This record gives sequence, structure tokens and C-alpha cells, in this order.
Amino acid sequence: MNVKRAISKTSVHVVLVAYTCLALFPILLVIFNSFKAKRAIFLSPLTPPLPTTFDLIGYNRVFSDGAIGTYYMNSIIVTLGTIFFTLLFGGMAGWALSEYKFRFNKVLGLYLAIGIMVPIRLGSVAIISMIAGLNLINTLTALICVYVAQNLPLAVFILSEFMTQIPKDLREAARCDGLSEYNIFFYIVLPLLRPAMATVAVFTMIPVWNDLWFPLILAPSGGKQTITLGVQQFLGQYVTDWNAVLAALSTAIVPVLIFYILFSRQLIRGLTSGAVK
Amino acid sequence: MSRGRYWRVLAFFLLPAVVIYSAFSVYPLLATIFDSLYLRHQGAPETFNGLGNFYTLLGDTTWSKPFWNAFLNNCLFFVIHMCVQNPIGLALAALLSLPQLRLRNTYRTLIFMPTMLSVVIIGFVWQLILSPLWGIWKLFLQTLHLGFLFGPYLGQEHTALLTISLISVWQFVGIPMILIYTALLAIPDELVDAATVDGLNQWQTFFHVKLPLIWPTIGLVSVLTFVNNFNAFDLIYVTEGALAGPNYSTDIMGTLFYRTFFGNQLQLGDKTMGSTIATMMFIFILIGVMIYLFLIQRRMQRYSF
Repeated sequence: MNVKRAISKTSVHVVLVAYTCLALFPILLVIFNSFKAKRAIFLSPLTPPLPTTFDLIGYNRVFSDGAIGTYYMNSIIVTLGTIFFTLLFGGMAGWALSEYKFRFNKVLGLYLAIGIMVPIRLGSVAIISMIAGLNLINTLTALICVYVAQNLPLAVFILSEFMTQIPKDLREAARCDGLSEYNIFFYIVLPLLRPAMATVAVFTMIPVWNDLWFPLILAPSGGKQTITLGVQQFLGQYVTDWNAVLAALSTAIVPVLIFYILFSRQLIRGLTSGAVK
Repeated sequence: MSRGRYWRVLAFFLLPAVVIYSAFSVYPLLATIFDSLYLRHQGAPETFNGLGNFYTLLGDTTWSKPFWNAFLNNCLFFVIHMCVQNPIGLALAALLSLPQLRLRNTYRTLIFMPTMLSVVIIGFVWQLILSPLWGIWKLFLQTLHLGFLFGPYLGQEHTALLTISLISVWQFVGIPMILIYTALLAIPDELVDAATVDGLNQWQTFFHVKLPLIWPTIGLVSVLTFVNNFNAFDLIYVTEGALAGPNYSTDIMGTLFYRTFFGNQLQLGDKTMGSTIATMMFIFILIGVMIYLFLIQRRMQRYSF
């Protein structure tokens, strides 16, 4: 019995290790080879970079292009801007829907909920005309507006769910103390929402950072590309330069991986609660 | 609070969200559907065309052939995800949720890693690996004595879509895995203990006790897969370009929409036909979501512990 259990235990680990290798191998392969000279990339692709094969020529090319830093900055601005406004406006609307009983409360909640299931991409034709009409083509503002609209529905939904859990006494006590409705929200409710806001921030962040579609159609040039689009364009140009391609891919991968490894627990928890609700 | 002040407070809290959501999400969606009812003329204003664009899209073979091709490819793309991604996700989740498994969190974190990266990056990484120039995949197959299976998968009509689907499966297997894993962890120990006391082995416990309890999660995973698949674009655009080659064999709704609206080397962009295709995508997604909400979710018993 013990032997049998040991065998089954080992086989579980064998399967999981095998799948983990399958998941990691392509990523590690690209990162390792990005540090090698061209000859070594082709002759010994599976060995890690050794002192004899180490070469940073690919990175030189990527960074001498100069734009990668700007693209990173653009992505950071768009992502942070989206998170900020999604949390602020989503929190405010969630608070109104959960706290005040007014006519159309249910209807308005339902109206906002439609956006959870319907992808905003389908409205692209009209989005472009509108963004062009507002003179916002090739601006980060355009991206932030669209992403906030895209992420608001789920944010409102989750945040208002959390707000119903805040004890009523707390709000009533604040009202008795003469705090205005605005101050109750900003000084009492918002600080209590921190864990829920972290959840919303997580599942807002990843799709926004990784999106190709809206940067491609709304801000494809003028130095306003996000890193995802910037790398895609860079790769299109340098397709035959393997050093540059591998280095560009690694430049896009490594910061995300570091961020992921540091926050994986919170990220995964945020994603699951976001999808389940 | 006086009535006037009450409404002022409400407006303050609600307006920003409602305005942005209406302006950048609801209005564009409605405007797109509206646009699909108009006919474009070169250099002249658009004229109302009723459902004419839809007749053209479904009836005129220059439009209907690419449309049904993209639709069927998209269905296949979805079927492959349902048949490969979700079962593997379920199996991994089942293994990860085994009691007293060591390194559980490490496995979970590492297997989920590709899901965090951009589709653009993943598409390129696999393009390099499958490339005959680099020969990594060839080497791999040769070590397994399967070298004869090697081919330019992404460049052959009969393998390109399957290859792309599997790349997408490889990347997104983490999502069903995590969702199902969370659902499995939520099953109370007493239920599993009771099954063990009743003499069920681990397999029986999984299939007769745990699986029925997580059907709602599997339903949710399915509808998420459906919406994402019928909205997909990035991976094909990156690996095969806007023309979704070879010979449109990887064309799906997203790429067809992009090509129709923006135009390409072979045709001019067409706003109203683009809107028509987007409206069809909207209808497909709506049908999928409705089937889930009214047929699947209603029938499933929800268990609360």
C-alpha cells in the first residue's frame, strides 16, 4: 500500500514537472538565447549562454533604436491612468448604486452590467470615428478613455458588492457626526475598500498592458505606441536579425516576469475573484 | 437631505462612470450596429440600406465565402480550445488540488506564467521555435524519432489553424486551471471524507463527488472561452498577418473584421461592411452568452456550503 501510494505521488509530480517544463521552456529558450552570439544561437540553441558565447549585440540594437524606453513609459502611463480612473469612477458609481435607493437603481446597474460580457472591441468602427473627431488619434488619452470604459462595468460590480459588506453603523455614525456624503465616501468608504481595489487593479492591469488591438487602431505611431505594439512593430522591421528579435522579446518579457513573480499570489487571487463574480 | 441635494450627490457619484461608459462603450456599439444599416458610396454620403448589407454579406459570394470561412475557422478555433485547453486545465487543477501536494503554489505560479504575457510575445516566441531556420522543434521531434512529422506548420494550409489554436491553448490553459482549482478548493473536506468513508477511491471521488460540484465553474469557463475566441485577433495578426494566410486558412471573425474595415493590399477599407461584420460578431457572442445564461446556468444546480 505504501509503495503504491509513493508511486502515485511520484507520478503526480512527474506529470506536473513535465507540464511546467512545457510551459516554461519556450520562454526560457528565448531569454537564454538573447544573450548569445548569432553563431551560438543556431549551433547550440539549447545551452545557456556561456562566457564564450555571451553577447549583448541584440540588446545594443534594441536600445540604440531608442524608442523602447518611450514605449515602456507609454504602457506604464496608460496602465496606471486606466487603473486610477477605473477605481475612482467605478468606486463612486458602485457606492451610489449600493448606498442610495433611488428610482432606476436596478436599471442602471443592469445597464452597466451589459459591458461585462460584451467586448468593447466590437464598437471599434465608431470608436475610431469618435476619437478622430475629438482629435485624439495617436494620444494616450484616447487609450485611457477606451480602457476605462472597458473596465468600469466589472469594477462597479465588484466594488459595490464589497461596499454592501461595510457595516451600516459606520456610515450612520459618520452622518451623525456631520460628515458630508462626499467625505463619507472619500474618507471612510474608500480606505476600507483597499483589498477590493487591489483585486480590480489586477485584472484591469494585465489585459490593458497586453492589448494589441486598441494601440494598433488608435495610437499606432507618433511615438505613442505601447510596449506591446512597439515590440510588434520592431519585430516586423528586424525580422531577419535574430539577435535583435530575441533581445526585443526578452526586453518585453523580463519586466513582466519579475513583476509576476513578486506579486503572483495577489495576481492570481485577483484574477480568480474577478472572473468568478 | 433635501431633494435637490440628494440628486446632486447622486449625480456627482454616478455621472463620471455613466458618461465614460456610455460614450466609449455603449454608444460605439450602438453606432456600429446603426452603421451596418447604411451603404457606403465613394465620395458621397452614406445612404440607408436596411438589412441590405447583411444580404450582401450572406448572399453575395465575394462576401459570403470569406465570411463563412472565417466563421467556420472561428468555430474550429473554439472547439479546439474546448477539447484541449479546458480538459488539460481541469486535469492540472485536479492534480494541484490533491491533498498534501508539495510545491503546489510553485507549480501553479509557473504553469500560469505564459497566461500573463502578451499574445504578441507568445506568437513570436512560437514562431521562432517552430521556424525551420532555427530548428528547435525539428530537433525535438528528431529526439523522439518523430522527425518525419516536422513541417512548416504555420505556412501550410491544413496545419496553420490547428497550430495557432494549440499555441493559444498553450498560453491560456492557466485560466481554466486556476478557476477550476479555486472551485475544487472550495469543496468542503467533509464531503470528500464522507466519500472516502463510503469506500470510494480517489478517481471515483473525483468523478462522482467533485466533478458534479464544479459544473457551474466549467460552464463559466466555457462561456469565457467562447467570448474570448470569437473576439480573438492578436495571435493571428501577429503570426500570419492581417491576410490570415496561408490562403485565408487562419482567417477568423476578428481578422476578417480588421481587414474589411481598414482595408489591405488587396482591398479598400469599407466602414459599413466592417460594421456589418462587427454586428454579426456581436450577434454570435450574444447568442453564446444567452445559451449560457438561459440554458446552461439555469439548469445547473448551485451548491452553497
